[in-house]
Amino acid sequence: MADREERRFAEVSRESVRLMAEGAGVELGDDVAALLAEDVCYRLREATQSSSQFMRHAKRRKLTVEDFNRALRWSNVEAICGYGAQDALPFRSVKEGELFFVEDRDVNLVELALATNIPKGCAETMVRVNVSYLDGKGNLEPQGTVPTAVQSLSDDLLKYYQQITRAILGEDPHLMKVALLDLQSNSKIAALLPYFVYVISGVKSVSHDLEQLNRLMHMVKSLVQNPYLYLGSYVRSLVSSVMYCILEPLAASINPLNDHWTLRDYAALLLSHIFWTHGDLVSGLYHQILLSLQKVLSDPVRPLCSHYGAVVGLHALGWKAVERVLFPHLPAYWANLQAVLDDYSVSNAQVKADGHKVYGAILVAVERLLKMKALSLSQSAEGQSGAHPGSVVGAVSYRVNSPGLSPPPEPLSEAALGIASHLQVGGAGCHWEEWTPVPLPAMYCELYSFFGDSLAVRFSTGTGFGTHSPCTPSQLGDSRKEPPGPASNLDTTRKMPQLTANLNISPRQDGSPRTDPPPPTTRGAPRSAGLSREVFPKARFTSPQTTPPAFSFLIGGRQMGQRCQGRRPFQTMFATTPPVSAIPPRTYAHKLPVIGRVGKPVRRWTCSHYSLHLPL
Amino acid sequence: MAAVQGGMGDADIKTDIKTEPSADGFGNNNANDGRVLSASPGSSSSTGSNKQTAAVTPEDQQTLLAVLQFLKKNKLSESVEILRREAGLPENSLDPKANESAGAGSGGAAGIVDLEGGDASSLLSRVTGSSSAGAQAPTKAAVAEDQPDVSVVLSAYSQQGDPTLYKVYYRDLKKFIETVLDCHRAELSQVFYPLFVHMYLELVYNNHESEAKAFFEKFSGDQECYYEEDLRILSGLTKKEHMRGNETLLDFRTSKFVLRISRDSYQLLKRHLQERQNNQIWNIIQEHLYIDIFDGMPRSKSQIDAMSGSLAGEAKREANKTKVYYGLLKEPEIELPLDDEDEEAENEEGKPKKKKPKKDSVGSKSKKQDPNAPSQNRIPLPELKDSDKLDKIMYMKEATKRIRLGPDNLPSVCFYTFLNAYQGLTAVDLTDDSSLIAGGFADSTVRVWSVTPKKLRKVKSAADLNLIDKESDDVLERIMDEKTASESKIMYGHSGPVYGISFSPDRNYLLSSSEDGTVRLWSLLTFTCLVAYKGHNYPVWDTQFSPYGYYFVSGGHDRVARLWATDHYQPLRIFSGHLADITCTRFHPNSNYVATGSSDRTIRLWDVLSGNCVRIFTGHKGPIHSLAFSPNGKFLASGATDGRVLLWDIGHGLMVGELKGHTDTIYSLRFSRDGEILASGSMDNTVRLWDAMKAFDDLETDDFTAATGHIHLQDNSQELLLGTYTTKSTPVIHLHFTRRNLLLAAGAFNP
Repeated sequence: MADREERRFAEVSRESVRLMAEGAGVELGDDVAALLAEDVCYRLREATQSSSQFMRHAKRRKLTVEDFNRALRWSNVEAICGYGAQDALPFRSVKEGELFFVEDRDVNLVELALATNIPKGCAETMVRVNVSYLDGKGNLEPQGTVPTAVQSLSDDLLKYYQQITRAILGEDPHLMKVALLDLQSNSKIAALLPYFVYVISGVKSVSHDLEQLNRLMHMVKSLVQNPYLYLGSYVRSLVSSVMYCILEPLAASINPLNDHWTLRDYAALLLSHIFWTHGDLVSGLYHQILLSLQKVLSDPVRPLCSHYGAVVGLHALGWKAVERVLFPHLPAYWANLQAVLDDYSVSNAQVKADGHKVYGAILVAVERLLKMKALSLSQSAEGQSGAHPGSVVGAVSYRVNSPGLSPPPEPLSEAALGIASHLQVGGAGCHWEEWTPVPLPAMYCELYSFFGDSLAVRFSTGTGFGTHSPCTPSQLGDSRKEPPGPASNLDTTRKMPQLTANLNISPRQDGSPRTDPPPPTTRGAPRSAGLSREVFPKARFTSPQTTPPAFSFLIGGRQMGQRCQGRRPFQTMFATTPPVSAIPPRTYAHKLPVIGRVGKPVRRWTCSHYSLHLPL
Repeated sequence: MAAVQGGMGDADIKTDIKTEPSADGFGNNNANDGRVLSASPGSSSSTGSNKQTAAVTPEDQQTLLAVLQFLKKNKLSESVEILRREAGLPENSLDPKANESAGAGSGGAAGIVDLEGGDASSLLSRVTGSSSAGAQAPTKAAVAEDQPDVSVVLSAYSQQGDPTLYKVYYRDLKKFIETVLDCHRAELSQVFYPLFVHMYLELVYNNHESEAKAFFEKFSGDQECYYEEDLRILSGLTKKEHMRGNETLLDFRTSKFVLRISRDSYQLLKRHLQERQNNQIWNIIQEHLYIDIFDGMPRSKSQIDAMSGSLAGEAKREANKTKVYYGLLKEPEIELPLDDEDEEAENEEGKPKKKKPKKDSVGSKSKKQDPNAPSQNRIPLPELKDSDKLDKIMYMKEATKRIRLGPDNLPSVCFYTFLNAYQGLTAVDLTDDSSLIAGGFADSTVRVWSVTPKKLRKVKSAADLNLIDKESDDVLERIMDEKTASESKIMYGHSGPVYGISFSPDRNYLLSSSEDGTVRLWSLLTFTCLVAYKGHNYPVWDTQFSPYGYYFVSGGHDRVARLWATDHYQPLRIFSGHLADITCTRFHPNSNYVATGSSDRTIRLWDVLSGNCVRIFTGHKGPIHSLAFSPNGKFLASGATDGRVLLWDIGHGLMVGELKGHTDTIYSLRFSRDGEILASGSMDNTVRLWDAMKAFDDLETDDFTAATGHIHLQDNSQELLLGTYTTKSTPVIHLHFTRRNLLLAAGAFNP
């Protein structure tokens, strides 16, 4: 056999036999030693052979001293004692003598007997259950495990759990980061999932502590992102904890210095993340979330921060959710919000600040709604452009409109069309309550009636500007006729604070961004809300008639009438503005600040795509 | 032809098999290892309890003589007297001369045989065979005088050829076989291994150590790789003294190596050997080989390889001819109580409406008698108790909720991991309803866990039991001692590792077999040991309850399997015939048969009624460590250390499939409840699922020749492998399908 050399057995040399005999005090002849050596070899092999049987039946791979002793016992040979240790025995050599020996340390029996630190017995033998499942054609990787009812924790897991929770909820930010990272990538913590979920559900008990709430939300995020975890029905529990942070009037929000807004934003993001990645685990989760958000939104008793949460929550769930829940509720909600915003009493200052936050959030949400809707329309329209001439124009205008700094490629006609579409805001029907069938133009009109130009600002720079251009001239005409009355109460109807003073003061020609508004990067960015009070009166300064046409447009935008009331000055001005359109659009680019960021103008003018771009 | 001589009919095979262990026995006598001292009284007394073998057959007599002589030699005169009286032997049977002639003298032995009716026992056929061969008889007799002992067996090697010629003979034969036609070559190559071994042993036996070594060096490389294990043992053996007591050798000496060769090939070989006057080899073939000649096409190499590998060659075709009643017994009809709707509601997630029609279908199915089933009372089975009926009802209910498994619908696995099992988990069993799990440990303990919230409770003490109201309805509840409720119980009693463990179907008892040679029956009501069944004097590797309870089977190192009844302290049947340890035992679902797997790499199926071996399956290349019957009783699956699962058709006695994939010993096999899926658990830390349906279906469409038994297996393991579950450092040592077809696996975490 080719590998015979490898299969050679260990042999005991005759020298060894003689040495051992000498050790026992017997002198052996050479031939006797040779015979003995051979026999010893054979007997050893035989014993090993039969001991391997015991190993096989003990279902082990490793032959133990115990196995060997059993084999010896069954062949009526005395067992060898003293080699039962689990650890490998160190085999040493003495260099000079070429001597090899097993190290055998003395054991002090007295010390051992009198020792007080008796080692505890090893842990109890127990049976634990894991579930493994097969995906497709077999999983070759070791399985992550899913806990069952029978599951309880091994010591290691318990320790891990304690360490992780301590690290996350503790003081050390570095530790927390590490713990969160591990939580996010550890594949063996399935058994702990219920415990972590339980910890997270403790949000209710720490609602006074923003820091802790934040940490818990981070924990949620890590769990959700862990690819090895099957959240199953724990999703529901996680969602309810997150919703708590989004919606509840947290104890922490009593102190205006506490930035609970960020928490709500973060939680809302998290919610959407959970929903998009794990929403399929619980059926009807989406509707449940929508319902609870809607409930909060429609409950006027709730504090504004709850409403804020509901709005950002809806926003996070996508524009469809906004369209479905927020948009139909807007008219009803508007009255409340406006009441708050209109109250200038000092005692109301805090509330009003909150109101601004809500306002900002709503604005962001509906803008996104409009954009997305326009986008979806234009996308669907592109296929059928021939059938719908209006939409072609829309598509074109949409393209040319994109960035604020791009030269106005084009023509009055288009601009006129685009702007003309604003006109029909007033004329739009009153699809208040229904959420699905509101067509984009109508929606835009309606929203415009609430937000006026602060809406337009975003919209025009965004994707959807042109899409509502399908408003036909005839509509235009209609709407022109429509807005008759309430120019008189123009001042009182709408005093939204979205325009800052700088706008009025410096309609700069060069478009330099000296006092540019900050880019609206985040919703409800936590600026000190108190500042908006100064801004507010300034926003009300307008006397449109005196301003130049170019100006009046802007002002008109500011005076968001209740639906159509604010439109008239705007329209009239607009009708006369064709010459103004010669003014390069950059003039007005970046001029109009955004709600919620008025207090702290940022001195950069990045984010040009958020800027105002009116193709006048 | 001596090898194919008559007198090897079915009846003879039976007796043949039965005597073999005794032959082992006195081989051991010789070795003086004291094994037989305890073993032979045990076996002789059990023969007594075994009602069918009342008459003393000639080979028994010879055995007895051997035993008597041994006893006498060891000065146990009282035992000699008793045994002699019991066996009804005449006084002079102890006469050393008579003995000698019986034991070794070829003429004498033949004479006895002739006197006793010309029955050809395994031992004697060898003797007569050699004497009929003629040429060697005188030399043999001459050597026999040096062996005035009972070791007929060893003396079979006593023929003295020129040791230097062995190499030449072998090379000659090799050259011949290499030059024959391709179609014969594979068949004739089978001869190499047994010839090689026997020639080597002859050399060793006759003290030609260096020649033996040279012979081994030269030709061991030619042997098939699956004999490597045996060759390793052989290579260590170079002295005559070592041959005594070496178990592997015993196997070679005591049994004929069986080869299946087509008539054409056999003629070729015969002609060649006769032409060459190659008596040395011819004698070995005559004496130690059994050549099963068949008419027809010679088999191909792959066909031969599929069936070879066992210690004693292939099974004789006659060995697998007996009819086996593999059908299932008719289920007793049980009236389902009317209020089962309520119970249904208690069982969470019940679907009462679906159940009814299905239940009826189950009932109607069981009314028909399976033509292949044994008669209902072939084996007396215990009466069903009320509690059994309740359990049956529960079973049916569960069965209606069973998930139909298949390639597209694989089961999930629940893995029961034994943690902190530093003492070494050696055996696991789960109750049929999956409510209890038991583990046997290397530290001699047996531990039982409840895997449901229901805790384990003991029965109250006798004094407390006196106090309870025996008439009350919930008396069964009242007898339990709430104070003893715990999740697990430990049972002490064995004095060696517990290698086998089995729950009774009614969950009241637990069996455990241990290295200490006993099988113990434990009560799961009191958690104490009820009986220790002593009979195996060597480690008992496995034990299992009958699916109907009451009976159980055990098998161990002494190479016999025993059938017991729980209320008998001695075995009812002894199944002997394996040439090496019995490593696993399984009951057929109809309780009429027992399958045993062995280290001799064969599987045998035994008839519980007659105690006969009715099937011998060869083909594994390593010790068999797991067996599983398909739920319909038609098929058997076996797993071995070679990492392969083989599938067998019991009715035809054929290998019908080979499942390759595991890389280590398969310790556990289990069919799903409906038999669609076979799960195998292995030392390589995986559970694999196989499409059993397809494996058996493909077979039925195949027109394999049941007559010749020449299987032709296609290698479709990869198609049949449905999935692999990997554990984490946890060898899978037990598998179980719940009544709803969830797969449960168990093993000890082994970091």
